[in-house]
Amino acid sequence: MVTPATGATGASTSTAGPTYDVAVVGGGVVGCAVARALSHHRLSVLLLEARQDLGAGTSKANTAILHTGFDATPGSVESRLVARGWHLLRAYAPTAGISIEDTGAVLVAWDDEQAAALPALQRKAEANGYAHARVIDAAEVRELEPHLGPGVTGGMVVPDEHIIDPWTTPLAFAHDALANGATIETSFDVATVDVGREITELVATDGRARRARFVVNAAGLQGDRLHRAVGLDGFTIRPRRGELIVFDELARPLLRRTILPVPTSHTKGVLVAPTVFGNVMLGPTADDIDDREATGSTAAGLAALREKGRRILPALLDEEVTAVYAGLRAATEHSDYQLGTHPDLRYVVLGGIRSTGLTASMSLAEEALSMLAEAGLELEQRAEVVTVRRTPLGERDVRPYRSGGRIVCHCEHVTEEEILTACSEPLPATDVDGLRRRTRALTGRCQGFSCWAEITALTGWDPAR
Amino acid sequence: MSGDRARLAEARVVVVGAGPSGLTAATALRRAGVGTVTVVEREQHAGGVPRHTDHLGFGMRDLHRVLRGPAYAARLAEAADASGVDVRCASTVVEVGGDHVTLADGTRIDADAVVLATGVRERPRSARLVPGDRPGGVLTTGAVQQLTALHHRDVGTRAVIVGAEHVSFSAIWSLRHGGCRTVAMVTPLLRHQTYAPLRWLTAGLRRVPVHTGRTVVEIVGRPRVRAVRLDDGTELACDTVVFTGEWVPVNELVRRAGATMVPVSRAPATTSGFHTSVTGLFAIGNLVHPAETADVCALDGRHAAESITAWLTGRRWPDAPAPIAIDDPDGAIAWAAHTSRGVTVRSASFGAGMLELLAPDGTVLGRSRRRRLVPNRAVVVGSASAAADGWAPATGATGATGATGAATVVALRRRG
Repeated sequence: MVTPATGATGASTSTAGPTYDVAVVGGGVVGCAVARALSHHRLSVLLLEARQDLGAGTSKANTAILHTGFDATPGSVESRLVARGWHLLRAYAPTAGISIEDTGAVLVAWDDEQAAALPALQRKAEANGYAHARVIDAAEVRELEPHLGPGVTGGMVVPDEHIIDPWTTPLAFAHDALANGATIETSFDVATVDVGREITELVATDGRARRARFVVNAAGLQGDRLHRAVGLDGFTIRPRRGELIVFDELARPLLRRTILPVPTSHTKGVLVAPTVFGNVMLGPTADDIDDREATGSTAAGLAALREKGRRILPALLDEEVTAVYAGLRAATEHSDYQLGTHPDLRYVVLGGIRSTGLTASMSLAEEALSMLAEAGLELEQRAEVVTVRRTPLGERDVRPYRSGGRIVCHCEHVTEEEILTACSEPLPATDVDGLRRRTRALTGRCQGFSCWAEITALTGWDPAR
Repeated sequence: MSGDRARLAEARVVVVGAGPSGLTAATALRRAGVGTVTVVEREQHAGGVPRHTDHLGFGMRDLHRVLRGPAYAARLAEAADASGVDVRCASTVVEVGGDHVTLADGTRIDADAVVLATGVRERPRSARLVPGDRPGGVLTTGAVQQLTALHHRDVGTRAVIVGAEHVSFSAIWSLRHGGCRTVAMVTPLLRHQTYAPLRWLTAGLRRVPVHTGRTVVEIVGRPRVRAVRLDDGTELACDTVVFTGEWVPVNELVRRAGATMVPVSRAPATTSGFHTSVTGLFAIGNLVHPAETADVCALDGRHAAESITAWLTGRRWPDAPAPIAIDDPDGAIAWAAHTSRGVTVRSASFGAGMLELLAPDGTVLGRSRRRRLVPNRAVVVGSASAAADGWAPATGATGATGATGAATVVALRRRG
């Protein structure tokens, strides 16, 4: 069951409670996927999240693409896990209510240098095991995406680079884990780790303690700190901030697929992507910063995005913006994921997982399980596994308003029942952001002009928070 | 005439939106003899924005009395009921054409004419690209009004208001109802844009400083707003930020219907009879001119009823209405739109000059009386009876001048 934050409790050992087989630290998309996979085995599983909600950090603010891994570094762990994760998540998504739209993507070259880089990118895709990328000429790019700005010099289609609902994915994993017996605690910010001979004790900043035989580090932006708390070293997180602008649904007809930049040595391009919610997203920027909480947007970042967006899809800039946000990716000094198993410490680390973590979440979970097995955890499949399906949020899905519920959020057509459900489900929304990610309420063009008062009445929340 | 009467009695008109313009149009259509008039409203109650605008000043031009917003809204709703309008609340339209609307559950209502009266909203913080944190406590006047007037909730304690147009000053009142003091107003323009008496009654009495020529460059605080930072470095401590005005038409339905739009206002282009470019589809109220006072919108509805009944009986649609052309090389004029009292014009900056309304052939149809141009404030030129675009309700078609897509012109004359 969920244990909400209860504030500081007494002495650590007296409140440690039962000893779990595995504690997963980090309730982002990766940690939730690991908890789900573990919960399908005869194990007691504990998922700990520092924030008051799951999927509320890096997982909520990404570009929401189901990557093929075509542009990964061939031979890397990331390349292998993204390719595998694509298939796993694509198979799981429809059973769990995670919306995926088969849009595909096109890389667009805007000068000769970029066009010249395309054949090598196609070979790289093939080296990554992805055989469907194809270089096309400027005329064909234009035919595929007629609203592109002038100056296209060529392109490459990536037909399987799709878009996915990033908000539902961690929540679906977590509710699945919960239904299969996992324990999930939010507002549990691990401060210290005491690795004993058989049992590891995790103590939160407020003094609460939890015990487990094995620990999985899926702590994202705090992954290196947890790693050091265990007594290890090897990677340091330097967050990479990505600012994004989301445009109104009326912009959606301007593109059919994700429009990707051609990566070159000295330019960092931005993409324009449709979202499963029916919007269009422009971004991200990429700023290496030191503050792990600096999720504010900046004037410079937004200006840079607008300038790039104007070149890529000029008409986009005339549409209304519905959201601006910044996400932090857990970049490290290494280019690849930092995975490792330490049998002596009964500890597994999934570190340095950046924007591909959504796609690779389920393969990372597989990887974590095999590493745990290496470390000595006995894995025995449960005879019966419960499946949990959420109501899909995608614009192409048949959403509840169509069967006549009372619509409260008019921009996004969210019903009263959906809002009440989001606040009362096993892992409920406790704040506006959680409600947004569970229902799409308040994510539309009016930003609460029409419905904020009504939503505060329904939820009982403080209108000003 | 009896043929016309029979045609009206058999006709069905669907109005989308039960605000002042929609309700007034519906009532007028019933009174003109239209058989079935259905108003579809997505909110639980009819009345529109005045329902939660709890101050005096409503109904002057249309009802010739001074009412508070909620009383005014109730009166319009009662009049619609009394005249036999079928008002359906809590019902959302997801798609429209000139001959039908589709509701959220897929129900299609066929109609001989469809009238869009979907109103406006304020541009929120995200659409204004104000950087910084994304804390709670960042609202619009609409949300503040609904919280305080409909739900009797408190908001914060110290508010900064972004904007200095009419609604920005009325937000001071709404915030007070919610127990919140306004500590400052901020506008990028060089002066406030409301009438002196309204400014005095609100900001003046409460000694609220208006920071003119300043923009908010950052919102600071998490999880609740703690301050806003201005471009001159000033930091204003607050727990509430209200983004006011910058009205945007609720134009999703009319755009998706394929209507010709006016670029800057983001409103549909209409004739002076409120025909859009889509045959059978009318647009009225603040959807067309973001934003005028409620009584002007209501009179749109009354005025449109004439052209709607002409369409129902004569079945002739004017040639594609184009946006009103602007003749002003300096770009001081932002946009112009037809209203029930003439063409309303908005300027992009403070200035002075005579506005002229010209027919496509250059004939001067009217001149503005005011010479001062203030952004976010209406200047009216011409009159509803000056059929500026050749649209003549009496004949039910384009008039003798035969306006064939040629645009009416608003010209700014700086001298003479």
